[in-house]
Amino acid sequence: MDLQTITYLVVGASFAVYIGIAFWARAASTGDFYVAGKGIHPVMNGMATAADWMSAASFISMAGLIAFMGFQGGQYLMGWTGGYVLLALLLAPYLRKFGKFTVPEFIGDRYYSQTARVVAVICLIFISFTYVAGQMRGVGIVFSRFLEVDIVTGLMVGMGIVFLYAVLGGMKGITYTQVAQYVVLIFAYTVPAIFISLQLTGNPIPQLGLGSTLSAEPNTYLLDKLNQVVQDLGFREYTSAQVNMTDMFCITFALMVGTAGLPHVIVRFFTVPRVRDARVSAGWALVFIAILYTTAPAVAVMARYNLTATLQPGAVGVEEGSLDAQKLPAWFHRWEQTHLIQFNDKNSDGRVQYYNDQNPAFAERMQNEHGWQGSEVTVDRDIMVLANPEIARLPNWIIALVAAGGIAAALSTAAGLLLVISSSISHDLLKSTFAKNITEKQELLAGRSAAAVAVLIAGYLGYNPPGFVAQVVAFAFGLAAASLFPVIIMGIFNKRMNKWGAISGMLTGLVFTLGYIIYFKGVFIEPLAANVKENWLFGVSPEGIGTIGMALNFIVAWVVSKLTAPPPPHIQHMVEDIRVPRGAGAAISH
Amino acid sequence: MKSPQQYWLANLKLLAGCLVVWFIVSFGFGMLLAEPLNNFRIAGYPLGFWFAQQGSIYVFVALIFFYVWRMNRMDREFDVHEE
Repeated sequence: MDLQTITYLVVGASFAVYIGIAFWARAASTGDFYVAGKGIHPVMNGMATAADWMSAASFISMAGLIAFMGFQGGQYLMGWTGGYVLLALLLAPYLRKFGKFTVPEFIGDRYYSQTARVVAVICLIFISFTYVAGQMRGVGIVFSRFLEVDIVTGLMVGMGIVFLYAVLGGMKGITYTQVAQYVVLIFAYTVPAIFISLQLTGNPIPQLGLGSTLSAEPNTYLLDKLNQVVQDLGFREYTSAQVNMTDMFCITFALMVGTAGLPHVIVRFFTVPRVRDARVSAGWALVFIAILYTTAPAVAVMARYNLTATLQPGAVGVEEGSLDAQKLPAWFHRWEQTHLIQFNDKNSDGRVQYYNDQNPAFAERMQNEHGWQGSEVTVDRDIMVLANPEIARLPNWIIALVAAGGIAAALSTAAGLLLVISSSISHDLLKSTFAKNITEKQELLAGRSAAAVAVLIAGYLGYNPPGFVAQVVAFAFGLAAASLFPVIIMGIFNKRMNKWGAISGMLTGLVFTLGYIIYFKGVFIEPLAANVKENWLFGVSPEGIGTIGMALNFIVAWVVSKLTAPPPPHIQHMVEDIRVPRGAGAAISH
Repeated sequence: MKSPQQYWLANLKLLAGCLVVWFIVSFGFGMLLAEPLNNFRIAGYPLGFWFAQQGSIYVFVALIFFYVWRMNRMDREFDVHEE
């Protein structure tokens, strides 16, 4: 069977499962729709959280980013896992004890203020839409590459599927679908990694293979070999820790705190029956996430090594060392059509020179000694995961599996995001602010309509995305870190925090972070300054600025709360109450 | 009979301890101290690189389960556990 047919079969089968689940787990009440009736087993919730959490960016882009960043790629690995420690320790159990439906609802009740609630909804919508745009883009890329349909058709199919199970099933449908999607995506990610690790090092566990010696050279460790190979071509040493540490520090921190402040992740902990389930569920979520996140650095190293070794089969500077352009492998030509990888024989010698032409000393030496006119291959980072099985010459069914995995990762995250958007509109805006008298049935209908509209907007944003997938996603984290995280933390740990502090803190964090990102990145306008280290505040890039925004939020909120009246006694009692687990069962029905 | 205030204090103490470990493995070993640590190795891994891309994640997982275990015990000790 050819690749195309197998891919259609595998992706089609995965869709059939998702749709089947959508019909089986239809939501009957608002409780089902918002929080799956609070009856999800913690291990299952952990798995659903992992799928919810791991997006197109984690699946498609992350290993590729790491492959070209080397050591500094650790910022994504630590940043996107360390946040779960904060979630499990500082947020999940208390928010579950509070026992309501949405994040803005907690903020509105805790700060006894509809204004705070509406500000939280605005932050949430900003965060979730930037994030969902990246996911839809990921769906489009996978469809257009693997199924060879155009990006619009790809988007339509993706939207249709999400529509079915998010709109019909609400949180209940999403949860069970996400469990299935987790299984698909983790297989799709680890199976190629296992094969490649076996080929290169003889060790089937990629996490161990990464620290092993090469099968071809039993006395050389893989990482040492890679360090040597990339340095020979003028690139940075892969494992070297000599990087802009301030920036890496801030980015990691912003990603961790942002993770803990993302509404679609937090709301997952509202779906378990008890407070102790919320704690342990975060642990299970991280176990399931860690399986992918500890595999990713191995994928990064092995893909980078395979790519470099393919393009530079012999010694650097010797004519035969560079690959004969006639011998470029078949996968190279297939992916050339997508423009994700390109070859341009700049010095017309019929051979491939792939090296770091951004390294002036090295580039000059190669030009003088060997007549190299610049690196002749451009590589899009996303290709490192998508083409990985082909680069390693794995069978077709594995390639098809990667396509299904990429789509599962994007759809599961998109659905989670769409749900928090629609529930914040129907529950936080309509039911409790603008149309208090609607019945539960009407609220459910409003939730479904909001989800439907959100799907359409997401599709549009996926077609016209403001920037690249990873860039857009980093933006959402900065905003979550700077706006929602601090007010939730202070709502639990600082009894004296009042509504004035919370509102001013949220607005400061949001405006500062948004302003800084737009100033350097533009997004909808032209950037106002070059996005280079010299212009950055304290040497912190727009990706890491959420850390500063978060600090500002805390400081402003604290100062303002000291200058204004403390919260009323019943709020202080409420804070005391959410600090102890007992009584969470009663909070289910409200 | 122990009070909810004491429960909260005990919880905060445990939290502080866990967060110190969280900070040291990632921001400490995985970043600020990574360069000197890279002179040591486990198998083919430079140690600083291992913490940044593998070790800190394993510690995070262990940390959450440790906290859950201690909190479940504390909930009973202070008689605030769920039915």
